[in-house]
Amino acid sequence: MDDRDDKTDRVESNAVTPAQPATPDHPATASAEVGDTPAPDTFEDPDGTLTRLHPNHEKAMRVEAAGVGLLACIAALAADIALPLWPGAIVAPVALAAMVLVWRMPHRRFSTRGYAMSDDRLRVVRGVLFRSDTVVPFGRVQHIDVDRGPLERYFDLATLTLHTAGSHNASVQLPGLQHERALAMREDIRAHIKREAL
Amino acid sequence: MTGTAASAGVPATTEGEPQRTDVLTFVVKAAAVLPQLLIPLGFVSFGMFDDGLPPELLYLALLAVGTLAAILLSAFLSWSRFTYRIGEADIRVESGILSRAARSVPYERIQDVSLEQKLLPRLLGLVEVKFETGAGGKDELSLAYLAEEEGEKLRELVRERRDDAVDAPAGAEARDPAADGGESAETLFAMGPGRLFTFGIFEFSLAVFAVLGGLAQYTETFFGFEVWDADLWRGWIAGSGDWIAALGPMAQVVSLVAGLVTLLAIGSVTGLARTYLRDWDFRLERTPKGFRRRRGLLTKTDVVMPAHRVQALRIGTGLIRRRFGWYGLKFVSLAQDSGAASHDVAPFGQEDELAPIIRAAGFEPADDALDWQRRSTAHRDLSMALNAGVLGLIGVGVVTLVSFGAGESLDLAGLFAALPFGIGALLVLREYFLWRHARNAIDARQIYRRTGWLAPSTAIASRVKLQSAEIRQGPIARWKGYADLHLGLAGGTFAIEGIPVERARDLRRAVLESVGRTDFSAINR
Repeated sequence: MDDRDDKTDRVESNAVTPAQPATPDHPATASAEVGDTPAPDTFEDPDGTLTRLHPNHEKAMRVEAAGVGLLACIAALAADIALPLWPGAIVAPVALAAMVLVWRMPHRRFSTRGYAMSDDRLRVVRGVLFRSDTVVPFGRVQHIDVDRGPLERYFDLATLTLHTAGSHNASVQLPGLQHERALAMREDIRAHIKREAL
Repeated sequence: MTGTAASAGVPATTEGEPQRTDVLTFVVKAAAVLPQLLIPLGFVSFGMFDDGLPPELLYLALLAVGTLAAILLSAFLSWSRFTYRIGEADIRVESGILSRAARSVPYERIQDVSLEQKLLPRLLGLVEVKFETGAGGKDELSLAYLAEEEGEKLRELVRERRDDAVDAPAGAEARDPAADGGESAETLFAMGPGRLFTFGIFEFSLAVFAVLGGLAQYTETFFGFEVWDADLWRGWIAGSGDWIAALGPMAQVVSLVAGLVTLLAIGSVTGLARTYLRDWDFRLERTPKGFRRRRGLLTKTDVVMPAHRVQALRIGTGLIRRRFGWYGLKFVSLAQDSGAASHDVAPFGQEDELAPIIRAAGFEPADDALDWQRRSTAHRDLSMALNAGVLGLIGVGVVTLVSFGAGESLDLAGLFAALPFGIGALLVLREYFLWRHARNAIDARQIYRRTGWLAPSTAIASRVKLQSAEIRQGPIARWKGYADLHLGLAGGTFAIEGIPVERARDLRRAVLESVGRTDFSAINR
């Protein structure tokens, strides 16, 4: 069940083969420009180094999960009152499940997410059970969005979306970036497009 | 050209100065919501006046005013929070009251700017400015609404900046019409009546019976001929049935065969008719503007596909036609071109006929000498096990059910139970052969994928024209070390499934390396 351990095992076994030294991934230096925020965590992956998202992203996901869990609990409570069952027969398991989800899931989701921005491409990795690992070259970006919902605004986060002309993966989303960082990334990508198209 | 007008018109726009859309925008937006509000209000008031009691009138008026105020307020807020900036390198739009969205569109990616006026904006002298990029459809940027004059200026300004930004490709485009003059087109592929006949035979279809059903109903109403009149038919069938029964078993077999032959004939004729109607006088030409395809008997179609917009090729075939070496070739074209028509460029041809077309589109036909790689054996074993497991379970279920239910007629039970087992065995066999035939390969310019067992198909994509690359893995895939590689293709999909994860990474690395060398603007203009 614990696929984190499984993954780290695989990373070690793969470390023997040269894990793509060609990709110039320097997320640490790129983020140093952003200012006084500490350098973000990184973790290794068979295809290179990935930067973790901002820690606030985990908090935001937790708040979101708590909201959903609360709604589920209220619904369960209503069902409990309405149905002639043992008192708490529905609420208790639902509340337990909600608690586990709110406690465990945000961290697990957070720990599997990461990105790597190099000179000419952005790599986005996500997914606990179903892993997705997408690379978008900046030369194929059509336009760039930086979106923030109310919760993201509270936590000073933003979602960076890159739109491409492809039918599959027409837009690749990277949530959980610090707002300033997202804006800086947008500028970098835009500058790359301007440079390349000339 | 209009450069003077534009620069004189918008002198104050410097980088980083947000502008709002026209003030009247929120009037238009509120007006769009109003009718939806007025109708229910009308119903409510009608119901109240019907009772003839005016005290509720006050509440009603309050409700109406309150809702109106809310709508106006939200329209006003969303207007005041919507700003755009015409920067040096891009257009930026920020919007949203609670959720904020910021979009940046670089000039290099803007392919056209269009102005659109609906009725109400037109009365107010407003215009919607739309920016077209390659992203296609719903995700495009639009500014609603600007004053007409403002919109015109903006369009000129953006076109000018865009032309500055992409000077070289624009020059290349200007060369095209010059080369266009008077040069004759070269025919790449054509199908005469003889070829169409062969094609039509392979397009065997029994769809005609559905058409006949519809037609029967039509005849009924049109001619007053009672198709569903039981008496009419009973006489007919009873008569012929008696007649056949009287002839004995031999004649019954003969009539069965005759029926099958009729069915075959009808199916072939349908296929022929459809093919003739669709592909009559099929011609594919290479013109300076691109590929031009003309076809059709009653409705003639004439499509031009610019050669540089061809993103990938698909070569397909059929179960039987493959034995005779017949293949069909399709182009996958840039997103905004698709939807209108299929891009069949050579629906029915021999391999050596397709090769020149493939080369003309700037591709190379798949070569057997390439380093073709198979799918992961783990993926094959799992699919086989899955098929065997599911059908096996169904089989066991059927056996238990039938043996409990149908006591004495166990022969029949065995027969029923054998069916799922048989299908399961077939499916397992199919998975094995699918694995044997699915291949992928890559060379310096292209990436290839072959799938299918009885009717194999080949897809060829140009490496530089891919948009993105994703490696996907489910839990079992991660456990067993295989993955699906999805490549972003404008106007289509290109996925290589169930390959070893190292292979997926190698392919992605190679593709991204060649993608990184050229910009989108350079390959699609």
